[in-house]
Amino acid sequence: MNDVMIRLENVTYEYKSYIDDSILTAVNNVSLEVKKGEFLVILGHNGSGKSTMAKMMNGLILPTKGDIYVMGKNTKDEENIWEIRSKAGMVFQNPDNQLVATIVEEDVAFGPENLGIPPAEIRKRVDEALELVEMSEYKKHAPHLLSGGQKQRVAIAGILAMKPDCIIFDEPTAMLDPNGRLEVMNTIKKLNKEEGKTIILITHYMDEAVEADRIMVMSQGEIVLQGTPREVFSQVDRVKELGLDVPQVTELVYELRKEGIDIRNDVLNVEELVDILC
Amino acid sequence: MLKDITIGQYFPGDSIIHKLDPRVKILIIALFITSLFFINSFYPYIFILLFISMVVKVASLPVKVILKGLKPLIFIILITFAINIFMTKGEVLFNIGPLTVTKEGLSTAVFMALRLIFLIVGTSLLTLTTSPIALTDGIEKLLSPFKKVGLPAHELAMMMTIALRFIPTLLEETDKIMKAQMARGADFESGNILNRAKNLVPLLVPLFINAFRRADELATAMEARCYRGGDHRTRLNDLKLDRKDIVIFTSMLVFFGLIISTRYM
Repeated sequence: MNDVMIRLENVTYEYKSYIDDSILTAVNNVSLEVKKGEFLVILGHNGSGKSTMAKMMNGLILPTKGDIYVMGKNTKDEENIWEIRSKAGMVFQNPDNQLVATIVEEDVAFGPENLGIPPAEIRKRVDEALELVEMSEYKKHAPHLLSGGQKQRVAIAGILAMKPDCIIFDEPTAMLDPNGRLEVMNTIKKLNKEEGKTIILITHYMDEAVEADRIMVMSQGEIVLQGTPREVFSQVDRVKELGLDVPQVTELVYELRKEGIDIRNDVLNVEELVDILC
Repeated sequence: MLKDITIGQYFPGDSIIHKLDPRVKILIIALFITSLFFINSFYPYIFILLFISMVVKVASLPVKVILKGLKPLIFIILITFAINIFMTKGEVLFNIGPLTVTKEGLSTAVFMALRLIFLIVGTSLLTLTTSPIALTDGIEKLLSPFKKVGLPAHELAMMMTIALRFIPTLLEETDKIMKAQMARGADFESGNILNRAKNLVPLLVPLFINAFRRADELATAMEARCYRGGDHRTRLNDLKLDRKDIVIFTSMLVFFGLIISTRYM
């Protein structure tokens, strides 16, 4: 029981349509367990309910039916909400719209300030968090002068300063250039491997999903495919049917196999394929 | 082009004035303004001038920057000067057409113009030596006693911080939208005022929609970072008054007290 970070029990989220009064279902009867230290990737095309699910895990919105427990605490319970949000931090898509202060270190301090932590301890946490995302040299800078990847790393530092056990990333690289994406992905991997943080990453990019311990594919509010990256991406037809792509290497293997070349079908990265082919 | 606009005219430095507690600075400027309005003769202006030049010297502010601050207000100063010089009755010095210039008029006009100039220069000394963040913190702390009567001091300061944070972002966005609309044939630079205003609509509509979207996202992000108003909140850099602040404040209190008392001598 203790190694479960987040648990969803038959969670449904419904909302009223803006156009008419019909009830729409964003998340439909989902049950899920995220283990401590796990790196979970949630895939799905637009409108598959993945962002809604992320917001529910943080208590930003509450499920219509079912319950969500973060470290054993129900998100529906008002008393738990601040503890849940500090333990399961959330990083959003647009780096510009989540930075509050005019100086990097002030922004990183925003979370711990809200938690009422004494100034000396805040200073320590801010320095540690900026060190971890390799942004220490920018601590006196104004956020609007940073690149997208740097801004997003500052946003991650802002969450880290609250000392969370779990960080939920809602398409953190969607608005970044390739360099920024790489910076942010490296930071995320580091947090998972070295700091032991539980990571839930929502993304569109298949290359990022390859890094995960487990992949979950959502479609129309339901989990339709689940497993390790190898298990998921070896089912090329099924993944494509769901409107998603597979990593380039996997695609190549798929085409090669179609041409009758007999190789394994669960290849995930270039090095592996080079080993197999040469 | 919009990026060139600087907000707040903070002139970074490392002087004792830069490091002074923002609350002390705000209060001193308040004293400065009050005493300006109490002065009713020319000679206390010497002390005001002395005060200004001392601050400029210690904070090593370039005089050019200060004079630049006066430029946008030169028109108001001139109007005040003109009204005072022509409208005051007294001993006639000379006539220009139907207008008469009196001795009293001349002296009041110069007096008023000087008062305005000192007022502008004095207040710009505050913004030149205090970073916007320090200024906001100072205002929040100074207003916090009024929380008891329902003044939302923390919220006001938070709004100022967010505004300062988003001014460059929104300027950048305006620039981007402008270029996008220009690429599609929009014209922002020709025609009369009415036409130009009309042409701004395709700029303002997306700008506002985006600003609202940003506000919504920012609010969500702030909530996700446990923001719940000003109660129980701590600060990274808490303002603390040290001896230097108290000594400077007390001496300034005496200084401006003496200037004010000249009115009653």
